[in-house]
Amino acid sequence: MSHSASGVLATEGFHAPGPIDFFLPDFTGKSWNQDGYQVLLTKSSLLLVLGAVVAYLFLAMTSRRGKVVPTKGQYLGEQAYSFVRNGVAQDIIGAKDFKRYVPLLVSLFFFIVVNNLFSIVPLLQFAPFSRVSFAYGLAVLVWIVYNTVGIMDKGLLGYLKHSTIPAGVPGWILPLLIPLEFLSNIIIRPITMSLRLFANMFAGHLLLILFSTGGAYLLLHATGSVVLKPAGVFAFALGVAIGFLEVVVALLQAYVFTLLTAQYISGALASEH
Amino acid sequence: MSGSLNMVGYGLAAIGPGVGIGLIFAAYINGTARQPEMQSRLQPIAILGFALAEALAIIGIALAFVIK
Repeated sequence: MSHSASGVLATEGFHAPGPIDFFLPDFTGKSWNQDGYQVLLTKSSLLLVLGAVVAYLFLAMTSRRGKVVPTKGQYLGEQAYSFVRNGVAQDIIGAKDFKRYVPLLVSLFFFIVVNNLFSIVPLLQFAPFSRVSFAYGLAVLVWIVYNTVGIMDKGLLGYLKHSTIPAGVPGWILPLLIPLEFLSNIIIRPITMSLRLFANMFAGHLLLILFSTGGAYLLLHATGSVVLKPAGVFAFALGVAIGFLEVVVALLQAYVFTLLTAQYISGALASEH
Repeated sequence: MSGSLNMVGYGLAAIGPGVGIGLIFAAYINGTARQPEMQSRLQPIAILGFALAEALAIIGIALAFVIK
């Protein structure tokens, strides 16, 4: 009894990571809202710019001096580009008018991939999209694009009718259906889109912090039981495994974001049946 | 012991999307096993269904942190 009680006591020095760990200080060392202080430029906003630069450089380097027999870099770039162009844009939007949207989809995909992969790059180790405001920004961009595309294609009233009245439903259910469809297609879409990207990066980064700081605490400071130090080693091993999982999540979330963008554009363009 | 009961609630709320995502990928694997040439057609549909089911868990985690 006393043994387990001391084990519980020993964990009181450990501070579990939480959302507060994502409010990084800026380069003067002060944190957000410390005595009403407004941060100017943080690591996350710099990483966002770096992400755009790296994504541009990757595409520019792999597509410059294209050869008939491609080098390894050119092959990688072409494979990734044609994955988005053919696998996402062409398949979802359709062969007729997907070409206009390929630049948007390709740049979205590479921008998000590079930014997400920052979460496991040593020394950087922070995914900008684990701050929700950046994800909101991207979702607002997509929201503007698919609504504009729909309005330009069908006119304002036509687009509203197209996106709120599904084809082939009986008239008596329309008073219920129109507000629901409007809510789901116009209001909720950008919110779920940004929250999906944000929450995946957030949860992954939180897990990494938890396993690394918890593992360090168990190894170095925890006393009271012989199983705590092996548990610390186990926590570190699990943290490494989570790091690999993060790579998969980073690629998957970029793919999902691009896929949903294409899906919404294709939904706004679809003709009435 | 300290912490927020919200997280217990989120854990319970994540059961639904977890089962849903499992069903989606079960159907995707099943379809691919029966007809391997359909894999490229099924993949975007499966990922899209996964993303939509996952949205519920995502809304849950956002609310778990937001609601006091």
